[in-house]
Amino acid sequence: MADEAAPVLDVRGLTTVFHTRQGEIHAVNAVSFALKRGEVLGVVGESGSGKSVTMMSLVGLLPTPPAEVRAGQVMLGTRDLLQMSAKDLSDVRGAKVGFVFQDPMTSLNPVFTVENQICEPLTRHMGLSKAQARARSVELLELVGIPDAAKRVKYYPHQFSGGMRQRVMIAIALACEPDLLIADEPTTALDVTIQAQIIELMKDLQKKLGMAIIWITHDMGVIAGIADRVMVMYGGQVVEHAPVDQIFHSPQHPYTRALLRTIPTITGKREARLSVIEGQPPIMAQAPKACPFGARCAHHFARCDAENPQRRPLDCLPLGQGHDVACHWSAEVGYA
Amino acid sequence: MLTFTLRRLLLALPTLLFISLIIFLLVDLAPGSPMSEIPLTVPPEVRQKMIEALGADQPVFVRYILWLRQFFWVEPATLIDGWFGLNLAGNEQRILSWQSRSPVFTVIGQRIPQTLTVIGTAYLLGIAIAIPIGIYSAYRQYSFFDQLGTLVAMIGFSVPTFFSGTLFIIIFAVWLHWFPTKYDTTLLVTDWPSFVLQLKQMAMPVMVLALANAAAISRYMRSSMLENMGQDYVRTARAKGMTERVVVLKHVLRNSLIPVVTVIALGIPSIFGGAIITENLFGVNGIGAALIGAIHANDLPMVQTLAFIFAVLIVVFNLIADVLYGLLDPRIRYE
Repeated sequence: MADEAAPVLDVRGLTTVFHTRQGEIHAVNAVSFALKRGEVLGVVGESGSGKSVTMMSLVGLLPTPPAEVRAGQVMLGTRDLLQMSAKDLSDVRGAKVGFVFQDPMTSLNPVFTVENQICEPLTRHMGLSKAQARARSVELLELVGIPDAAKRVKYYPHQFSGGMRQRVMIAIALACEPDLLIADEPTTALDVTIQAQIIELMKDLQKKLGMAIIWITHDMGVIAGIADRVMVMYGGQVVEHAPVDQIFHSPQHPYTRALLRTIPTITGKREARLSVIEGQPPIMAQAPKACPFGARCAHHFARCDAENPQRRPLDCLPLGQGHDVACHWSAEVGYA
Repeated sequence: MLTFTLRRLLLALPTLLFISLIIFLLVDLAPGSPMSEIPLTVPPEVRQKMIEALGADQPVFVRYILWLRQFFWVEPATLIDGWFGLNLAGNEQRILSWQSRSPVFTVIGQRIPQTLTVIGTAYLLGIAIAIPIGIYSAYRQYSFFDQLGTLVAMIGFSVPTFFSGTLFIIIFAVWLHWFPTKYDTTLLVTDWPSFVLQLKQMAMPVMVLALANAAAISRYMRSSMLENMGQDYVRTARAKGMTERVVVLKHVLRNSLIPVVTVIALGIPSIFGGAIITENLFGVNGIGAALIGAIHANDLPMVQTLAFIFAVLIVVFNLIADVLYGLLDPRIRYE
């Protein structure tokens, strides 16, 4: 077993741009974070904040062109994924890093049986024979709680419900027992009751298998239920990062606080309207020179336009382990 | 699936009967007489006798009913007799061509091999060229190869075969002397030199038709591949660490082939229909040429029978396309 304290994944200064006809779009700007074994990192932010692009950049899942991972270092164990050849990266994907995507209705190939699709990574990465892979695929379906797995493994994706398909996706992602599972809004397309089941399943599997999870969502409620630490993203950068309790009890960044206010409550006086954050997230046409949230921020002042705030630790822990925030206002006011 | 197929076949019967009636009446409406090719020196009484002998003086409905009986009973019976040495058909009259006075199906039987050899080869070659081009063009969209493929496909689409055929004859036959200008139907392939000769005389008509076919099918293939390339399951396949080869040639291709196979199946009747222009241009004595000849000679039974056979083929291959669709796409189940 590897050193427990050493991070499974250590990302530093990851920067991704998209080349478009209108020029470059700076989708990910100097994002840094780290994950230890068995940790769950929640990544929140609204649509277009760069959550998914960041995670796809890690393992070369973005089409290049138009995407270009321009700078940074992505250490998975002792190897830098950004320095790897495309072929070596495909050896890592599925084997060391598993993916679960948002829409289980479209994420499985409609013309192949579930068995075929689970067996693929098993024969590719684990060197199992076809018969071994078939036996393993039944075990995996049982693991993710699909009843009558031996029969259902021969089914096509359209014969499963949405929640069951997402379980199949999870089985595929975990087939090779990866060190890291990236779940890109895995419950967004599901009914609330099914959401809860999938979250329970993931928690359960994480206890059994001990992989680290990056859980992308824009649902703060989901984060509260599953994450150990939370990374809030906006405009392609990390604006706040903290253990989950501190995010909910002492949010520092105005954006984090605005996000928390958008969670509807079922207690107290019923408000006439759900609370919203006014305005649109920015399209990052240049490398950021000002705070990307400035235009929508209630506490916006001169310095926010002059200088993009850097992440600043609020405790004695190194950046990315404790609570840190990238905000001029929070630095000036010293709110805590 | 079986019940679906049987039901569709049963439903096809009234459709085909109706089509046959329409064809019969339409062709019959056309002006002209079966005697138009007979020299004017033949006296009118003799002409009248000849018409009566052909049965061409009978009312159209009598001829239609007789034709139906001949097409659906006498001809199949004759065919089975030929296979098993039986005598189901007895001495019943077969459908006779007014032009040659021989049974229509005998003429068709002589012409079909020519058509299938040349046009069938062209179709297969067209598919064999088009599918790899379509796949690669889509995989490297807007690359030099893709642009070139688009250009060639546009030419193949828009240049009529009588033009490209003539151009080929001038270049490859007249200037370069590579291939003969005319297709020799009487050539028998018995040994290697005659086989080479056959290949040479097939080359030009096959190229002309294959270009036209490949143009259309490669575009279908390309757009179908492009549509599937952006699907979520492709990202899933990549996320599983599948190689590009598996991603494209297994996951994307299998999905992209579904509509293309349908298009290919629907195009097969046109092989039997022959490529009238190309057959005429190169002197391939196939079905297309037979149809044109029959129209010129007012040979109504021949035209009606050929037109009806094409109708049957279209109906049958429509059904085959539907069945293939069900086989290729597990989401479609015919109950």
